[in-house]
Amino acid sequence: MTAFAATIYRRLVVDDAIWVYASSSAAVLRLDGVSDSVLSAFPPKTGCTIEDGLALASASPHTADIPRGDIESTFRELVGLGLLRPVGEKLPPVATVPPMPYPLTTLVINVTNTCNLSCTYCYEYGEDKLADRERSDGSARRSAMTADTAIESIDFLFRESVGRPEITVTFFGGETLLNWAVIESAVTHARNKGRLENRKVNFSLTTNATLLTDRIIDFLTEHQFGINISIDGEEGDHDRHRKFKSGQGSYEVILPRVKALLAKNKAARGRPIGARVTLTRGTKDVRGLFRHLTEDLGFDEVGLAPVTAAKDRDYAFEPTDYHLLVDAFGSLANDYVDAAVTGKHHGFSNLSDLLRELHTGTNKAHPCGAGLGLLGVSTEGDLGLCHRFVESGEHEIGSIHSGIDNEKRTAFLEAGHISKRVDCHSCFARPICSGGCYHEAYVRTGDASAPNLHACDWIRAWADIGLKSYARIMERNPSWFDRHEVPT
Amino acid sequence: MSHITPVNRKARLIAKLVLDAPETARAMSLPDPPFGCTTIFAPGWEADSAGGTSTLCTPIERDLYDCYHSCYWPAQVPDALTNFPKWANSCGAPVKDWTSTDLVFP
Repeated sequence: MTAFAATIYRRLVVDDAIWVYASSSAAVLRLDGVSDSVLSAFPPKTGCTIEDGLALASASPHTADIPRGDIESTFRELVGLGLLRPVGEKLPPVATVPPMPYPLTTLVINVTNTCNLSCTYCYEYGEDKLADRERSDGSARRSAMTADTAIESIDFLFRESVGRPEITVTFFGGETLLNWAVIESAVTHARNKGRLENRKVNFSLTTNATLLTDRIIDFLTEHQFGINISIDGEEGDHDRHRKFKSGQGSYEVILPRVKALLAKNKAARGRPIGARVTLTRGTKDVRGLFRHLTEDLGFDEVGLAPVTAAKDRDYAFEPTDYHLLVDAFGSLANDYVDAAVTGKHHGFSNLSDLLRELHTGTNKAHPCGAGLGLLGVSTEGDLGLCHRFVESGEHEIGSIHSGIDNEKRTAFLEAGHISKRVDCHSCFARPICSGGCYHEAYVRTGDASAPNLHACDWIRAWADIGLKSYARIMERNPSWFDRHEVPT
Repeated sequence: MSHITPVNRKARLIAKLVLDAPETARAMSLPDPPFGCTTIFAPGWEADSAGGTSTLCTPIERDLYDCYHSCYWPAQVPDALTNFPKWANSCGAPVKDWTSTDLVFP
């Protein structure tokens, strides 16, 4: 007789209600005592026969007055939902890459390799840098992109994104504003081209804000840039790592410029401006930091990123430190939920992103869009999987001049597909994590397609925070998620 | 579903499919079922262990006609219903001479 087993799922009790996240599909379900008894009657892997499972479920106090037919139909529904499946079921093979050439949506343009800061944790310049500043013949690479290369990059994106009505150009560095004239030329060119082809072009940029001027601020708001400011909190936290080459902290320099940008953008009703915070082991009061950035300075969004670093760096988080992050992110999530149930914006963008994925049921085959819809361009026009991989030799996949090397692109995507990351197959958080950042994996292990096993405890705890927050908002203010609904 | 509440979008989509599934199954038991090799058991195109077909109870040559005449399955052989009604005209006894069927260029 066929045995049935429970597939991988996460069961959480939130405010006395039972919530289940099914990893095979990323479905979120609320169970009652009956369905919970049926699901828990079937053990994972080895499973048991339908007869034994239903007998066990019927013996539960939750099913005392429930007709047998009801329990049986609940079993069938759990099978249909993928939470219970026949033991040894053969699954059909899955495609590891979408049909190629897959059209791009986003191009990250590295307009410069230089920076006027010397942040101690920087992967671009610090001890963990991947980029090779010399060409294979030993000559130095160009540190700033020319206007011609930027314009060719825009043309390349238009060419490689055929069929997409909306595309995004992201400027990255180094410090992007060091090459401001090139950004202006690229934006003007992209705007004109978009108008001709009747396609919408979005722009975004990351900057350390040290070089913001009124003229630049006007241009950024006029073109509705999505802007990310790298800022690590109050002066003490910020200046610990974000320093000029002289060793002087940069907080005092950026403060008036950031305030001017936020004020101008608010008046122009521009896109939300985000603070991008790099968390290190030394960051103590994350909630205070968040409040400073949103309430004191007026940022619309704050995104927190634990530092990417090899494991022996003193500012790096270790697997045993993950509780520090859980506490910090958990307390911000509680504030977020309190705001959301009363219909208010909170601005913790990590959680907004996670909640959107949980609500839609995102089930990732690859951890991010690198090499799929997104590519990075180096100052000389070479293509990398993303901005973090440009000029890193083995991860280059063609150039804007010769086109994408689709053979290398496909090989990388196949290696990074979730079906190859066997360690992830038993994890409930797989649909939202999918093994994590390629670049971080490369820095840690030397293999970009390896799963980031050092982060598993943290990712699972973060997934729990997300699921609990989702459950609480769904119970008390489900219309909060209407923005993520699409007509079916 | 009286004991499970699908909450997120994905769960609602799957639940809809699960609840609709019995309708799909019923279609096969209608008095006049759709005809074709997908609803009956046909052994498919096979060869014996030596790579030949003569020892098989349903050799490949017969299968060609199974798909051609009785089943609209254009991905496997030219379809007799609409596009290639003369495909097998030159081949009277396919078991002996199936290679004389026409080449077609869809």
